[in-house]
Amino acid sequence: MSETHTDLSVWVGGAAGDGIAASGESFAKASTRSGYHVFAYNSYQSVIRGGHVCMHIRIGQQRVWTHGDQLDYLVALNQDTVARYAKRIQAGGALFYNTDKFPVKPEQVAPGVQVIGLPVMALVGNQLMQNIALMGALYQVIGLDPAEFKGLIRERFAKKGDQIVQTNLDAFDKSAEHARAHGTPGDIRVGKSDGKRRLIASGNALIGFGALAAGCRFYSAYPMTPASSILHWMVNQGSKNGVLVKQAEDEIAVINMAIGAAHAGVRSMCGTAGGGFALMTEAIGEAAMTETPVVVVEVQRGGPSTGLPTKTEQADLFQLLGASQGDFPKAILAPRTLPECYSTTIEAFNLAEKYQIPVIISSDLYLSERNETLDGLDINHVPVDRGELVTEVNGAPYRRFKDSKTGVSPRALPGTPNAIYVSATDEHDEDGVVISDVFTNPKMRVKMMDKRMRKLEGILKEFPDPQLEGPKDAELTLVGWGSTYQVLAEAMQILNKDGAKVNIFAPVYLWPFKGAEARKLLDRAKMTLAIEANYTGQFSKFLQMETGFGVQHHLRKYDGEPFEIRAVVSHIRQLLANKSKGPTVVSQVSDEGLPENFSPIAMPGSEAVRVH
Amino acid sequence: MISIKEFVSPIKPDWCPGCGDYGVLNALQRALSELDIAPHNVLVVSGIGCSSNLPGFIRSYGFHSLHGRSLPIAAGAKLANHALTVIATGGDGDGYGIGVGHFVHTCRRNFDMTYIVMDNQIYGLTTGQASPTTEKDIRTKSTPEGTIEIALSPIALALTCGATYVARGFSGESLQLANLIKGAIEHKGFALVDVFSPCVTYNKHNTYPWFKERVYKLEDEKHDPSNFDAAMQKAFEWGNRIPIGLFYKVDRSTYEDEEIALRGGVPLVKQTVYRTPDELARAMEEFL
Repeated sequence: MSETHTDLSVWVGGAAGDGIAASGESFAKASTRSGYHVFAYNSYQSVIRGGHVCMHIRIGQQRVWTHGDQLDYLVALNQDTVARYAKRIQAGGALFYNTDKFPVKPEQVAPGVQVIGLPVMALVGNQLMQNIALMGALYQVIGLDPAEFKGLIRERFAKKGDQIVQTNLDAFDKSAEHARAHGTPGDIRVGKSDGKRRLIASGNALIGFGALAAGCRFYSAYPMTPASSILHWMVNQGSKNGVLVKQAEDEIAVINMAIGAAHAGVRSMCGTAGGGFALMTEAIGEAAMTETPVVVVEVQRGGPSTGLPTKTEQADLFQLLGASQGDFPKAILAPRTLPECYSTTIEAFNLAEKYQIPVIISSDLYLSERNETLDGLDINHVPVDRGELVTEVNGAPYRRFKDSKTGVSPRALPGTPNAIYVSATDEHDEDGVVISDVFTNPKMRVKMMDKRMRKLEGILKEFPDPQLEGPKDAELTLVGWGSTYQVLAEAMQILNKDGAKVNIFAPVYLWPFKGAEARKLLDRAKMTLAIEANYTGQFSKFLQMETGFGVQHHLRKYDGEPFEIRAVVSHIRQLLANKSKGPTVVSQVSDEGLPENFSPIAMPGSEAVRVH
Repeated sequence: MISIKEFVSPIKPDWCPGCGDYGVLNALQRALSELDIAPHNVLVVSGIGCSSNLPGFIRSYGFHSLHGRSLPIAAGAKLANHALTVIATGGDGDGYGIGVGHFVHTCRRNFDMTYIVMDNQIYGLTTGQASPTTEKDIRTKSTPEGTIEIALSPIALALTCGATYVARGFSGESLQLANLIKGAIEHKGFALVDVFSPCVTYNKHNTYPWFKERVYKLEDEKHDPSNFDAAMQKAFEWGNRIPIGLFYKVDRSTYEDEEIALRGGVPLVKQTVYRTPDELARAMEEFL
């Protein structure tokens, strides 16, 4: 019995180097071009070849909030993929594999799951094309129009010549025909798409694109997962548009170069992961002390230390809040969605220049590296606020750090006649003259501290108030931040459809924080559950610090894999049923299908090259 | 010519009387004046240390950054506005200790800027600990039994890492020093001027008389600065005779020459921050 759903999930798994990009990414892009909403999350390891990679692609008629944890169709490029996930395929779904490579026993899948083995060599004559061949079979069984996918085969292989394109298209068609002859149409179907033209991008690409739109002219970075794809995007797209992209020797050089460029007057950004940010910390305070506008992106991955280089986590909040010695003004923005990656990056540049401060954009792997569809981006009305810039000085002597009501002093750039000054990391007076060495001037020190810290008042006024999303009279308020927001959003949608009343508190503007306004919202909550991907509940602790409000229940995850929607929903249902007063703290762990006594020593591919 | 007075800051240096850094400041001011560069077109970037206070004592734009970070700040500023004359200054601890990683790579990149290191073989501002250029067996506050490490050779390191102008001066030889700095600023590429700048308070070993007895000028001995091997040999000459002057100079295209974003010649800071919707739409095509 064929069943039509609003969404379905295809997983493409294999070893790194098996061609998951050509098959999985193309499936995601083809589905986008066919008018579906798409969410593609690539679960991968820190190796170049070998290891295990699984791309989770969920397509739907409506917005797809998370990668989901339901598996309908599995394309297995290696045996490991079958061992790990085949059992999870839903009845009515199917498993696709290459019979030349390994056998699959019927008991490896659940009843009602179709197993489609392709004799790739006999069928298409080249094992290298197994990924395209298996996709041909998938399209046949799943019943989706393959036209867009075939178009992508043409695009992807165009550079290699017509013959290669044709060979791949033939492999696709022959496999589709084989599946038609030997299989049955899949029972799990997705309804028709609205056919709307959408964009598909990753969070990192949108941070890059936001920077480009904001007029960023300088981007520096040191390679580090999961921030490297911002570097790559800036090199590919930014460079074409006059952005100077500099890879430096370490993250200390990275941020100092960005600060140097910003001091000279260009809009400047740098990006890294948690470990690189740790190296940058001293310079965060330097930017604040010298009142230099700079945007710093921190993409969190599993910590501590080198931690889980290719896995997601939200455990750097305290690092971001506490980065660099002393008290100084800064802002922290935490985008939660892909469109917010674009818009908050633009906002970050404006805040940085208007207040002459470092602005940190907090992201995490699950947000930065997934590909997701979006309806569009406003490229026609990009707000650019450069703050107070002095281009000419005549008459009264120019004072670079002049005290003011807003704490902001008009900025002259090096090269401006009659405005000469020194920016110092030592405490200094309004002219920039150091007051820390020969004599300290307590009154001047206080004046300058107050001036700088006053900027936070202006920023706070500018920040929108935090909001509750969903029904006002909810029985339960879900609390979260960053990438976890979309998990909360999907959970709310599922639960409220069933008659529950759940709403969401997930602020984007984390520092300075509107504590009083947040408190008002939290006080309305009948019951609260914080969902965050870390061990200690950093966001809940932060809320308590800023609002005095203690969240009742906690759902956490620190295994490196993102939250899984069904597990989250079932946990919430239980909480609602028990009406527990709490506090409860529960951690969830994903089942990656590994055997009990799993050891990497015995794993094929363990000779693989490791990278970070 | 712009008068040397134009480069005199109203702030008096706070260095100890007799500090070698006075000579370096004077030489830098003289070089800029002779090169006729307007003070507002000069950016002097430093790290932290006695000598890193120099930007406060010269009338030009300045950035007094973190300990060891003058070079990346200077590089960022140069890339953003290559019309500026960018000069980094600092000490041996700042540049060859905590900042040596940046030094190595800045040499390699050949940005068109000058780096003046006031090398006094000691940490002065922190009251006399061993530095990367302190000789072996010298007793300092942090090495009461004498240093175990041998001294780093800044000249050899700069040569190895690809600096295209490598010189050493002595603050007791002010005319030669001013000329070396002048040559460094005029040179198109990364120029190192390592300067023996005695610390009269904490270094009782490498004193003015100690240097005066030993230094000789490379130009007096017909050293050929285009000869890399000869420069390398001279770099390790130490003891009774220590060379000062221009060790090596070579023309190589600068980072700015080859950087795509600067191909049009217009400094980044002069380029608009406003992107047109067309530009953005083109960049967005890859999301389709």
